[in-house]
Amino acid sequence: MIDITKLHAGDVITLDGTIYTARDQAHARLKKIIDNGEPLPVDFTDSFIYYAGPTPTMPNGRIGSIGPTTSSRMDKFIEYMPTLKIKGMIGKGPRDEHVRECCKKYGIVYLVATGGAGALLAKRVKSAKEIAFNDLGCESIKQLEVENFPLIVAYDIYGNSVFDK
Amino acid sequence: MKEISAIQIKEAVSAGLLKACCSLSSCVLSKIKIAKNEEKSALAKATLEQIIENAEIADSETLPMCQDTGIVTCFVEIGYDVHIACDLYEAINTGVKDAYERYYFRKSVAHPLSRKNTGDNTPAIVHVKMVPGDKLKIMLVPKGAGSENMSKLKMLNPTDGKQGIIDFVVSAVKEADGRPCPPIFLGIGIGGNFETAPMMAKEALARTERSSDPEIAELEETILREVNKTNVGPMGLGGDTTCLDVFINTYPCHIASMPVAVNIQCHANRHVEVVL
Repeated sequence: MIDITKLHAGDVITLDGTIYTARDQAHARLKKIIDNGEPLPVDFTDSFIYYAGPTPTMPNGRIGSIGPTTSSRMDKFIEYMPTLKIKGMIGKGPRDEHVRECCKKYGIVYLVATGGAGALLAKRVKSAKEIAFNDLGCESIKQLEVENFPLIVAYDIYGNSVFDK
Repeated sequence: MKEISAIQIKEAVSAGLLKACCSLSSCVLSKIKIAKNEEKSALAKATLEQIIENAEIADSETLPMCQDTGIVTCFVEIGYDVHIACDLYEAINTGVKDAYERYYFRKSVAHPLSRKNTGDNTPAIVHVKMVPGDKLKIMLVPKGAGSENMSKLKMLNPTDGKQGIIDFVVSAVKEADGRPCPPIFLGIGIGGNFETAPMMAKEALARTERSSDPEIAELEETILREVNKTNVGPMGLGGDTTCLDVFINTYPCHIASMPVAVNIQCHANRHVEVVL
């Protein structure tokens, strides 16, 4: 898995390894679980959260189209990310200044994928398994093994942002 | 009097949605290719290349270009000489349901508060207009929320003029930044009232040509130029390509008001018109 201390805002990278999809409703549930002191449904240690809700998988397919959704809707959950022990988050678009500060404070990165490139990104998913909150459908948590997944470092752990223009 | 049945509407809607979600229109693709060739920023160029490659994969494998296959808006034009021999709304919804199930599109429609998914991507949002002739035309617009969430309406003062409109649109684009999947298209509705301006803004996005009114055409060009100076760039990463085109529709309004709505649309600008 990738060494995030070597990543800098603006780097073009490819990711190999395990990532977990989670978007609006999954974050709301994770927040509730953490607030109530209950055990997490998934061990996210050293992985990445991917803000994505794919199209349904076709028969004999691995996964449907799976591009990133707008990350800023998940800004309100940033303080919960250290509890998940993740290396970073993957989504699209700029986020609140507070998120950039948290990335530095907690040593996590924010990576971006190309929005609207769901078909291309699906090709880089080698396997997919639904593992929690299955009732949420496209918003459930899915464990993905990705290979050569194309990303850009948006916020690094040093407080820099690719969106500074 | 031409008779149109439920099954004809259902099949046309379903086939139209397949095309809209899986095949980038040649008009949009050529704009993205031109932008890629002219783009000076390396990150922006690489992003535009991915968008082009994505369109090729989606088209050849009949996969949705984007996982957000949207909520479906339909702009329907019914000729006075057409008889619709069914419940139009039900026929359209049957077509939507068929497409989202059959083609493995994401069902993205939920109750606004409980967030319970309706399960079949219905109901569609249907706007009906009566027109001369014997045709039924349905402009299908499956639109994602990333861009829709960044859209804005402002009731400007009548004396704010063109500069007021330009400033409002440019500030909306800057605020949206990389969130609506730029390079964007802008649909702008000027005039009418509180509910007509946003409707015109969305309807304008289906156009492919400059306005026939020279003054409005010039304003479209001016806004396109100004928006492309913002350096938002593809996916907010900076660059020359923030907006691919601007379309403005207008309607007379009250002497005391100037409603302006801007509907922000992603780089795919999915639209397909079916004609029966």
